[in-house]
Amino acid sequence: MKIDKIIEITQRFPEKLSRRKLLGGAATAAVAIVQTAKGQTIQKAVPENAIYEDPTKKLGTLAGEIGTRSPFVKSVKKPSDISSRSPLQDFYGIITPSDLHFERHHAGVPVINPNKHELVIHGLVEKPLVFTLADLKRFPSVSRIAFIECSGNFRGGKENLTPQEICGLTSQSEWTGVKLSTLFREVGVKPNASWFLAEGGDAAVMTRSIPVKKGWEDSIIAYAQNGEPIRPEQGYPFRLFNPGWEGNTSVKWLRRLELSDTPYYTREETSKYTEPIKDGKFRIFSFDIDARSIITFPSFPQQVEKGWIEIRGLAWSGRGKVVKVEVSTDAGKNWQIAQLNDPILDKAHVQFRHLWQWKGEETEILSRVTDETGYTQPTLKQLFEARGNDGGYHMNPITAWQIKKDGKVLFKPETFK
Amino acid sequence: MNKQRYLLGLAALLFFGIALQACYQAMSKESEPLQNRPVQSNEPKVLADTVPSSFGYGRNATQAEIDRLDIDVRPDGKGLPKGEGISAKGKVIFEEKCVACHGAGGIGGPNGSLVTNKTPTDKRREKTIGNYWPYATTVFDYVRRAMPFNEPGSLSNEEVYHLTAYLLNANGIIDEKDVINAQTLPKVEMPAKNLFVPDDRKGGAEIR
Repeated sequence: MKIDKIIEITQRFPEKLSRRKLLGGAATAAVAIVQTAKGQTIQKAVPENAIYEDPTKKLGTLAGEIGTRSPFVKSVKKPSDISSRSPLQDFYGIITPSDLHFERHHAGVPVINPNKHELVIHGLVEKPLVFTLADLKRFPSVSRIAFIECSGNFRGGKENLTPQEICGLTSQSEWTGVKLSTLFREVGVKPNASWFLAEGGDAAVMTRSIPVKKGWEDSIIAYAQNGEPIRPEQGYPFRLFNPGWEGNTSVKWLRRLELSDTPYYTREETSKYTEPIKDGKFRIFSFDIDARSIITFPSFPQQVEKGWIEIRGLAWSGRGKVVKVEVSTDAGKNWQIAQLNDPILDKAHVQFRHLWQWKGEETEILSRVTDETGYTQPTLKQLFEARGNDGGYHMNPITAWQIKKDGKVLFKPETFK
Repeated sequence: MNKQRYLLGLAALLFFGIALQACYQAMSKESEPLQNRPVQSNEPKVLADTVPSSFGYGRNATQAEIDRLDIDVRPDGKGLPKGEGISAKGKVIFEEKCVACHGAGGIGGPNGSLVTNKTPTDKRREKTIGNYWPYATTVFDYVRRAMPFNEPGSLSNEEVYHLTAYLLNANGIIDEKDVINAQTLPKVEMPAKNLFVPDDRKGGAEIR
């Protein structure tokens, strides 16, 4: 079969173009998506020599139906049984490519036929209504760029951790849909409705109780993500999106909203998504995502060289805009203001950068964010002092990277027990 | 001839009109807020949406449609169906359908203990229905909603009542003979009822 289309070969970060490393020791260079003479798209191994031919001496690929990544780029999520983490260290700017958006679901990703899926709104309303996807798209639409972060998004404990492994359960998209307040007006939410239950159409029939106030403020029923229909992993055909709130409240595959005068105390808001504070008490209905930042470059497992390094990272707050990110290159003794790349949006990941000249000394680099409420990202020690030592949801500590003499970068695990 | 004169006149008028308008705009920009200025026919303007009280999209939900989906149960018992269950019958179902994930007697399974272990080997206390769930109604709601994991939604209401009775009894919250139904379940007092406090984080300088 003649290969006339080489679109994608998967491999990322060929820092040193060691072929052995690039190919993972395989005999073929990589896997490409190729188009056969009959126009079928198939996956095919690309011979090693194809990559290193002079591209000015060979006719390139013709225009195709769908774009793909470069053969030299490999950027993938890191799945576990229950979730899949975004490769934060691979990202540029502030938008997460839709296929790299983190996943968290409680009974898998359902296959939903949009022609058979509807949204029912009932309970304390004047007029219970059923909306199809087509109905929702007819309403005035809104788009906003904002993050979703799972509130259970901190891992530590060992040095060999990447940003993806530490806090890869956060991602950012442009979400498009209809304001929930528009639908609230349409059904006539009664004045005594103070909460609503959001229920998904997956095998977990996921449910969360949300204060009605949030729905009036800024919740969206989102049917699109980054310019295309929402992907199945993100709730196709539509999801609830609560900007700035813990990801679990943004119920995917939404099928029902019930207005009520009390919360429901579902399993996901009692047994799960509650966290210890001091004196044997536990926090419930803790929705806001506290401000957080992380340096994504340099990070484990990279190795840096002496000279100028642009430290880069992401910062965000569930309570509004990021106003300041500070970076320390001397283990927290001194802090400098980092540059923030536009745009700086409400409840959104912001990119920060800071130029640093590394002279080969062993040190630690850290970042901390301050949001518009005046909240500054705490250390793990401060979090433990405020809440006790048990960890749990809503952990957003300052992340430190150790820079070793040979330029190796390692996560700095902390324990205070 | 007439036509020519007419066109000339029109052009003059237009010129005069534009000049006047430009003058007027220059003046009004300085002195008047936008909304007070007279509307100019060729001035681009952005109007606020005229939002109707109702768009009329969607269709009325019938009670049958709502009932088919409305499976939630609140702490006050709203949503509980007919039927009842007892611990002994729940134990049989548990051993058949739940034990692989949640362990013998609801302790120590790979997907989490449901029953408090009175002689724990671990230092860290496992969160169970007995020590961490504030409302008994949540047990019924969740089991009916999402369990068993490999066959979600397959249990009858009666089976869910039996399992609820078993899990409450195994945690020492109700007696073996207690019957669990729509009247009795909301009255069950859970040990963890007062464990939870509302979120007091609100931004600002203080770390909470």
